[in-house]
Amino acid sequence: MSLLEVRDLTISFGSKKVVDCISFTLEKGARIGLIGESGSGKSMTSLAIMGLLPDTATISGSITFEGQELIGLSDREHSRLRGNRIGMVFQEPLTALNPLMRIGKQIAGPLMIHKGSSLKEGLKKALELCTKVGLPDPDRILRAYPHQLSGGQRQRIGLAIALACEPALLIADEPTTALDVTVQREVLNLINALVDKEGSSLIFVTHDLPVVSAMTENVAVMQLGKIVENASVASLFHEPAHEYSRRLISAARLAEDSFSGKGGQL
Amino acid sequence: MSQLVLEAKNLSRTYKLAKGASGSGRALRHALIDMNMKINSGDRVGIVGESGSGKTTLVRLLLGLDTPTSGSVEFKGQALIAGKMPWLRKEVQIVFQDPRSSLDPRMKISEIIREPLVCLNIQEDHNARIDEVLDSVGLDRAMRDRYPHELSGGQRQRVAIARALAPRPTVLIADEPVSALDVLVRDQILELIAALTNSLGITLILVSHDLSVIARLCDRVIVMKDGVVVESGNTRQVFDAPAHEFTRALITAIPRLPESR
Repeated sequence: MSLLEVRDLTISFGSKKVVDCISFTLEKGARIGLIGESGSGKSMTSLAIMGLLPDTATISGSITFEGQELIGLSDREHSRLRGNRIGMVFQEPLTALNPLMRIGKQIAGPLMIHKGSSLKEGLKKALELCTKVGLPDPDRILRAYPHQLSGGQRQRIGLAIALACEPALLIADEPTTALDVTVQREVLNLINALVDKEGSSLIFVTHDLPVVSAMTENVAVMQLGKIVENASVASLFHEPAHEYSRRLISAARLAEDSFSGKGGQL
Repeated sequence: MSQLVLEAKNLSRTYKLAKGASGSGRALRHALIDMNMKINSGDRVGIVGESGSGKTTLVRLLLGLDTPTSGSVEFKGQALIAGKMPWLRKEVQIVFQDPRSSLDPRMKISEIIREPLVCLNIQEDHNARIDEVLDSVGLDRAMRDRYPHELSGGQRQRVAIARALAPRPTVLIADEPVSALDVLVRDQILELIAALTNSLGITLILVSHDLSVIARLCDRVIVMKDGVVVESGNTRQVFDAPAHEFTRALITAIPRLPESR
């Protein structure tokens, strides 16, 4: 049995379909990249798995996770999985974190909710998690508020929260788009190493082709709510089957060539 | 013969941080430290650096929107005084990162482009000029009566470029002009900026964290870190053989596509 099976998933707002009958499966420990431009439906797909779609969305099809059907779950039932069996890292860590709560309590939160830890136990585990995500001086970090940390530190905290309960599936939605390129490199390496070590599955959502090619073995290319191509990274780059994939790849190549001097100047 | 247009002389800008942010007293942030830079007419200069490197502070000073703590910015030999030189805006124009926030949502496209012509008291047929710049950025004249929300991201950035070019500036500053746009749209906007600044002989200052964008458009690059210029020179030379450790770190951090050719 696959860890996650998405079948004929359709999400609409009124008459507008933002995700149009998509299907994909993810085995335990496997990784998939969802790539597309704005409006392609990649974020809506990950929000549907998390049960975080707005109330105004209508959803049909099927999402099974660890054998359980997620569509139709009450918010209460879905929240038992969120932050527990499924962890999520968001694009902008400053808005994803609670500005009024110290970091320690935010990391301890999912442990207290899902694992029945006391605050004291939660904070102890939070200290370990801080070290795991490579934050120096974890004692100080746990007492800090989000605005006192840098963007890279905040994203590491986001990752610590997502991984606190050792989820079977980690969803990372543009986790490095808001970061500087040198920090991006560090955070990508960290996600790679932790997902490997924990044996979690990974859904990596991004618009950035070079980033996704470094993170996952398979990529689903989305355009206007549909998956137009689902292939391994190697075959996508060698012989992209869909015209839209080819355009994305050539845009990325153009950027790379102009940087290395092969592309010439405008 | 190229003429000196903009010059930064020992330019520094220090901000006072809010009280108590660092525990005691008011700490200072040195956003820009003793910067020197000369930009000649027709230059295409890229400024690259990470967040906190001083890029935006520099842009504000070059636009005459802020007063340096010490040193000066000179436009054709005249030192800028923030807020005291309305004529400067005719000469130095800017395109911002995100056209969703840089265009007034309640104004029609024609009003947006008309505004600088009116504010700068430019003596020519405004309607004709609006049509002219819409043509030059590749937007249909029928867009005049639309509102920004009716346009795509790429179209909105074209409007922002049209507005900046309407008063016929000598210098165009583009601050991350494509980072808010989709990948497939980016190149069209870069091509447009290159074509227009070339054909009109406009001096271009392009601020970006993306080295490939700078490589595509600029002859010269200035690499900044923590308010200091760590390296500058010919774009190809800097990128092919970076002299400073930070430039090397920036270059190696760029995610690459898998080799497949």
